[in-house]
Amino acid sequence: MVGRILSSPLLWISLIVVIAASTLPLYVSGYILGLLTIAYYFGVFSMAWDLLFGFANEVNFGPTFLIGLGAYTAGILDNLYQPPIWLCVIAGTLAAVIGGVVLALPALRLRGPYFGLTTLVAVLMLQNFIVVAASLTGGEIGLTVPDVISVDDRINYWIALGFMSLSGAVLYALSRSPIGLILQASGQDSVQAAALGFNVVKHKLVAFIVSAFFSGLAGALMVFYLGVASVGTFVDVTVGVQVIIGAVLGGRRTILGAVLGAVFLIAMGEALRPLGDLSTFIVSAIALVVVLLFPGGFLGMIARAREAT
Amino acid sequence: MLFWQILIDGFAISSLYALGATGFTLIFGVSGVLNLSHGALMVAAAVAAWVAGSLGAGSYLGAFFGVFVAFLLALATYFLIVRPLQRSGKIREEEKEIFILTATLLWGIMIQEAVAYLYTNNAKTVLPIVEGVVRIAGVRTPANEIFTAIVCWLAIGALWLIVNRTRAGKAVLAASMNPRGVTLLGVELSSVYIAVWAIYGVLAGIAGVLLGMFLGVSSYSAGPLTASAFSIVVLGGLGSVSGSLIAAYVVGYLETLTAYLASPAYRTIPALLLLVAVMYVRPRGLLGRR
Repeated sequence: MVGRILSSPLLWISLIVVIAASTLPLYVSGYILGLLTIAYYFGVFSMAWDLLFGFANEVNFGPTFLIGLGAYTAGILDNLYQPPIWLCVIAGTLAAVIGGVVLALPALRLRGPYFGLTTLVAVLMLQNFIVVAASLTGGEIGLTVPDVISVDDRINYWIALGFMSLSGAVLYALSRSPIGLILQASGQDSVQAAALGFNVVKHKLVAFIVSAFFSGLAGALMVFYLGVASVGTFVDVTVGVQVIIGAVLGGRRTILGAVLGAVFLIAMGEALRPLGDLSTFIVSAIALVVVLLFPGGFLGMIARAREAT
Repeated sequence: MLFWQILIDGFAISSLYALGATGFTLIFGVSGVLNLSHGALMVAAAVAAWVAGSLGAGSYLGAFFGVFVAFLLALATYFLIVRPLQRSGKIREEEKEIFILTATLLWGIMIQEAVAYLYTNNAKTVLPIVEGVVRIAGVRTPANEIFTAIVCWLAIGALWLIVNRTRAGKAVLAASMNPRGVTLLGVELSSVYIAVWAIYGVLAGIAGVLLGMFLGVSSYSAGPLTASAFSIVVLGGLGSVSGSLIAAYVVGYLETLTAYLASPAYRTIPALLLLVAVMYVRPRGLLGRR
């Protein structure tokens, strides 16, 4: 087992990429580091989403429900009582996991598109709650968090990179473990998987909890990087759409591809910023072309190119 | 007084919701596609009518142009996005749904951003066809509001006639019940799909233009419009047209009641709560089949 892991080219490629990325602060401006920091957190969001969609075949339209719960719980706690940051982050993660279970337990009994619809409604509810409970959450203006992890761009960057690498490793390992295989089986044919004696709902619930854990943790950490929590950055449906597009672009059922997709989305959005409103248009158009012509995403393209040679 | 005001206002809004959701649910019923570019299509129709109006086309011609643009966009959605994905051999059957959702969503964002780029984000009010104010039961009501409700019901009635009384319409109805059976009877399924998308384009166009006259639209309205059509259709039961009509009135009146009695800020909350309750208790919606 260990030998197989050590001889896998993927491990070494990922390791080299991560090491190369960790040296970026030596020769790149703080501005780009800031962008990449955000992109890495989005990468975690997309990976967590891919675990649910790619493996359990459950379309979660509400990744931002989990992200937002984590981000806002951590932010509100810090705003009210100023406990140590790590306590806020743990609380945020817990809130996302609990919220995820409350959402998933009944929703997973639903079939077909209804699971996705329920998760979408959950996002709209959270968004409305945040706007209505403005005295607690800052409403539409946003919530300013008094503490940040660090004011140093480089430290924030390394934290985000380390967190993303760790999450990626855990999620990837999980997806290749027996649990991942059972998930995949129940995603493709839940009746048959159940007939083989696997508890489909229990496994999907585990997948949802893991997804909620990483989404909430990433959301909470991102709040303490940005110093602000707002509906537009954490909860809005368009943020969720970006998470989903990132995962589909990178290549579904690959976990690691999601990071590529998320970094690509943020980088493209930034590179095209001088074009103003047109930049979103072009990014969406590129994403649409990839979805239409290369449904396997970036990693799917690479895999096909390797098969061809 | 307040009672009548809520009754009349709610009726106009609900009729508009009903018309918007009818086309949406028709497509789902026939081809199983949830078109997430719906709101953007409505916005494009309203903005096109506004542009034509500001070029001096007059309100009738402007409205017609808006509907025509929606018609073209609906066909483009089908031919450029939905059909290639449905026929794609690279995507597994059970994953096509999410790919169509993602693709129509992206397409909607493209339409929305193109509108924003060409004609800014500002809210635009389309030149109303009917002007003036009418008194109903002591409530001063814009004549345009009554006009909106009438046109919506005329359009829905026309749809009912087409589906139940014409040969092509009956093929559509049959396709929504059993696509395989229809093909066995010699009906070309793809021509049914094209017909449905064309009807959908006209309905969404009319709804968009009327919304532009009634409340005004901006490119920001696209998302909320899709979301409201979505929740109405789910509430009514995916694919059930009559369920959507009932749900449109439930949602429309709930929103109007909340806006008048509580605060406009809470407008959408009761409808969402109802939606959650329905999802848990009866996930197939009010009148949905399995």
